[in-house]
Amino acid sequence: MSVPIHRGQDVSQPAIVVESVSKSFGSRTVLNDFSFTVPAGTTFVLLGRSGTGKSVTLKLICGLIKPDAGTVTVNGADITKLESRELAETRKHMGFLFQSAALFDSISVGENVAFPLRRHTKKADAEIRDQAQALLEKLGLGKEYDSMPGDLSGGMRKRAGIARALAVDPSILLVDEPSAGLDPITSREIDELLIEIGANRQATLVVVTHNMPSARRIADQMAFLDEGRLLAQGTVEEMERSEHQLVRDFMKAPQGG
Amino acid sequence: MTSAEEAIEWFGGLSLFAGQVLRDAFRRPFEFTEFLRQVFEIGWRSAPLIVLSGLAVGAVLSMHTRSTLERFGAESMIPTALAFALVKETGPLVTGLLISGRVGAGIGAELGGMRVTEQIDALESLAVDSFKYLVVTRVAAAVVCLPLLTVLMNFSGLLGGFFAEAAISGASFAFYFQTAFSSLAFSDYIPPTLKTMVFGFLIGSTSSYLGYNATGGAEGVGRASTQSVVLSSIFLIVANVILVKGIFFLYPGSGS
Repeated sequence: MSVPIHRGQDVSQPAIVVESVSKSFGSRTVLNDFSFTVPAGTTFVLLGRSGTGKSVTLKLICGLIKPDAGTVTVNGADITKLESRELAETRKHMGFLFQSAALFDSISVGENVAFPLRRHTKKADAEIRDQAQALLEKLGLGKEYDSMPGDLSGGMRKRAGIARALAVDPSILLVDEPSAGLDPITSREIDELLIEIGANRQATLVVVTHNMPSARRIADQMAFLDEGRLLAQGTVEEMERSEHQLVRDFMKAPQGG
Repeated sequence: MTSAEEAIEWFGGLSLFAGQVLRDAFRRPFEFTEFLRQVFEIGWRSAPLIVLSGLAVGAVLSMHTRSTLERFGAESMIPTALAFALVKETGPLVTGLLISGRVGAGIGAELGGMRVTEQIDALESLAVDSFKYLVVTRVAAAVVCLPLLTVLMNFSGLLGGFFAEAAISGASFAFYFQTAFSSLAFSDYIPPTLKTMVFGFLIGSTSSYLGYNATGGAEGVGRASTQSVVLSSIFLIVANVILVKGIFFLYPGSGS
């Protein structure tokens, strides 16, 4: 398997190593001896049919759930063995865009973006507001600082979620279904944002999606999950030539089947 | 798993959860800003409900007390009887039940909604201890606010009783309150008021447990909210029996 060098990143140090991970919920096995490596500075897209454990994988990387077996190493630290304070420190270098954006609906959009800055920096209130406003403007939400999350459209909520995830300038960004529920134009705008984030911030992105046009646009590397196992991993071209019919069918499908 | 085993497992989960609340409440960092916000939400925003309920409960109790004491020609004892009834039992219990309805349902629904919309996961992903931020602050605020709201309920009740009594007998404000407070001792007032801290802990812990662990989308949120009210109220009523017995044991004079 070839690992391409992208955006001038040093790929010798993997950002994320998932090794022999298994995870079950009750009697349902979601991940079964699952392994993959994400080189630093690349955009890694996780593909697979619904319910194959893609979102669970993102939550494992963030330490939101613990695996039943195996290790998850993020920036050199096995997060399955970290104490809560060490885990919190690791998370300060990670951003997570949830499928529903998961904005805090009791505070304004601007305060959602300012939230991690208020928690993790000692900056003055005015400086934090300016920084949150600048992030919102960069994402085309400059007029929405005082809007409540419930008043935004799906695409705007996604962009606000990205702004919040980027607030503390993470080196790793985890993105769950960025195109879900969005029209093709908004979906493309979100993709361009993700590509820009990867390029300008030199961040490592792990993106879960069903949307093949989107996956093709943003991916440096792809992995295909099936029944909790890694079926295939490689570049877009390598995935198109996969020995597995399911992977080739998925790659051909306009919206991921 | 049988329903008995499920119930035991559920109570075990709630006990561990409540234990974690007690442990984390004294561990840094303290979420003081969020705690103050919850004091405002649970305490200040409940105040109108408590005042209005207190006025109504006091007026009704006063009317009942009058109809009973009139038979013995003891109308002058009405303020004293009302004060005892309110301060020792009615005030704390009604406050607890009202707050378990308003706040218990609110906490269950809010945390349940945050759980099913991944907002709790989002907090964790932003390196925030969601348990300390969401749960400990709410339980602590409920523990602090319940005695304060009980005091408010007691005074509102006495005021409601005064209005009812003044309308019937023309009793003066000064006479009414002087008579009401003249027979109340420390052991009559402080222990029943402070026992509501336990009510606050039960309401906060039970509703937070149900909301924080909610599953199943909107239906799960509704279930968490309803169960929060029902179970908080039941726990509160049962705990009250034990607490009253404990108060009688510690302050034997308070029973007379």
